[in-house]
Amino acid sequence: MNAVAVEGVWKYYGDYPALRDVRMEAAAGQCLALIGRNGAGKTTLLRIIAGFSAAQRGKIKIWGKEPREAETRRQMGFLGHGISVYDELSALENLVLFGKLYGLPDPRKSALEWLERTGLERVRNGLVREFSRGMRQRLAVARAFLHDPTVLLLDEPFTALDDRAIAVLQRLLREALAAGKTIVMSTHQLREALELASHVALLSRGQLAFHGERTAEMVEDPGYVYARYGEGA
Amino acid sequence: MRFVRQVLIVAAKDLRAEMRTKEALNASLAFALMILLLFSFAFEPTQDTMRDISGGLLWIAFAFAGTLTLNRSFARELPNDCLDGLIAAPIPGSALFLGKCFASFVLVLAVELVSLPVFGIFYNVHWTVQLPELLLVLLLGTWALTVIGTIFSALTVNIKLREVMLPMLTYPILIPALISAMQLTKDLVNGTPIGADNMDWLKMLIGFDIIFTAVSLALVETVLVG
Repeated sequence: MNAVAVEGVWKYYGDYPALRDVRMEAAAGQCLALIGRNGAGKTTLLRIIAGFSAAQRGKIKIWGKEPREAETRRQMGFLGHGISVYDELSALENLVLFGKLYGLPDPRKSALEWLERTGLERVRNGLVREFSRGMRQRLAVARAFLHDPTVLLLDEPFTALDDRAIAVLQRLLREALAAGKTIVMSTHQLREALELASHVALLSRGQLAFHGERTAEMVEDPGYVYARYGEGA
Repeated sequence: MRFVRQVLIVAAKDLRAEMRTKEALNASLAFALMILLLFSFAFEPTQDTMRDISGGLLWIAFAFAGTLTLNRSFARELPNDCLDGLIAAPIPGSALFLGKCFASFVLVLAVELVSLPVFGIFYNVHWTVQLPELLLVLLLGTWALTVIGTIFSALTVNIKLREVMLPMLTYPILIPALISAMQLTKDLVNGTPIGADNMDWLKMLIGFDIIFTAVSLALVETVLVG
């Protein structure tokens, strides 16, 4: 069974088709890099996969189930453009909150463990509004990984990260892949993404222009996919 | 049991965040007191006048001030895209909605309870005459305000003019509840207990609460996800 299956998804914003009959899948343990120009539909597709938005036509299956089912959501970790943590709460309070929402057996223990893994244990009681950008991003990473999801959905995960946060995220993603987890990430930072990816999907104006295994040419020349399969290829 | 715990987690989170900033609470309380103060200049606080306007005046202040709190209910989730974090969590939309309702309910009720003695002083009204029944009407009227305000707060959260849209959407729908609460409050502060004469207003208020809570719970998942 595929970890993520996108079955003929259409999404309109008004009359404009943001996604047109997109079909693809990611098997367990795969890392799928979702690439495309601005406005190609990457974020829209990821938000539909995550269950934040409904497709007008088509279906999404996560481990064969609907994304809005509670059990499915427990399996998913989402890291989007926003950090999805509260400025008015401390780092520890934020992670304990999400730990409780995900029904973890010991939310505080898990929160402390992830604060340590992301290098935030010394500021655990500091309010997020007082954090630097890099610290906030590391906290967002901790929130996304906190409940040990089997499917990670990452929207531009490397954008605006500082060096330390990039290193933390890359290490965690490699560990996740080694543990057999599935990653779907949209990105413009092709070099970082293609190093991790086992598969690549190229979206062009809402349509899937390419979907297949990542090849050596793609790693050597990150622009290869666009040149070979993108608009004007 | 798990559902109740999820509701309480969301409510506690909202209350804790609000207590750290007190943005909505301070604005709402100041607004309620300002309305009561300004109206006290406009009306001569004679017994006859107050007999007629007490209920309406009080609930206008509560409804206007309450909207400030309710506007923040889902708008609080906008910075950092926190709503995504909540929607991604494995809790039903109904638990999220009820949690936010309870948090807003506590905040709006707190503003009302502070405003009541001020109302009594400014307008020379003995509002404690039928206190238990008045508190019941406050609870029911505030729940109506909270449920409608919270569902429309969710609906308008991504609209730029949400501060304007929320009152425009909520007040027309709230009319039956507000009329009931106004009539009952007027009777109670004038010493008339709830009985055969005004029982229909109470029934309408209870019915409104039940119907709109059920409708909101049924619609909230669609409102949040589409």
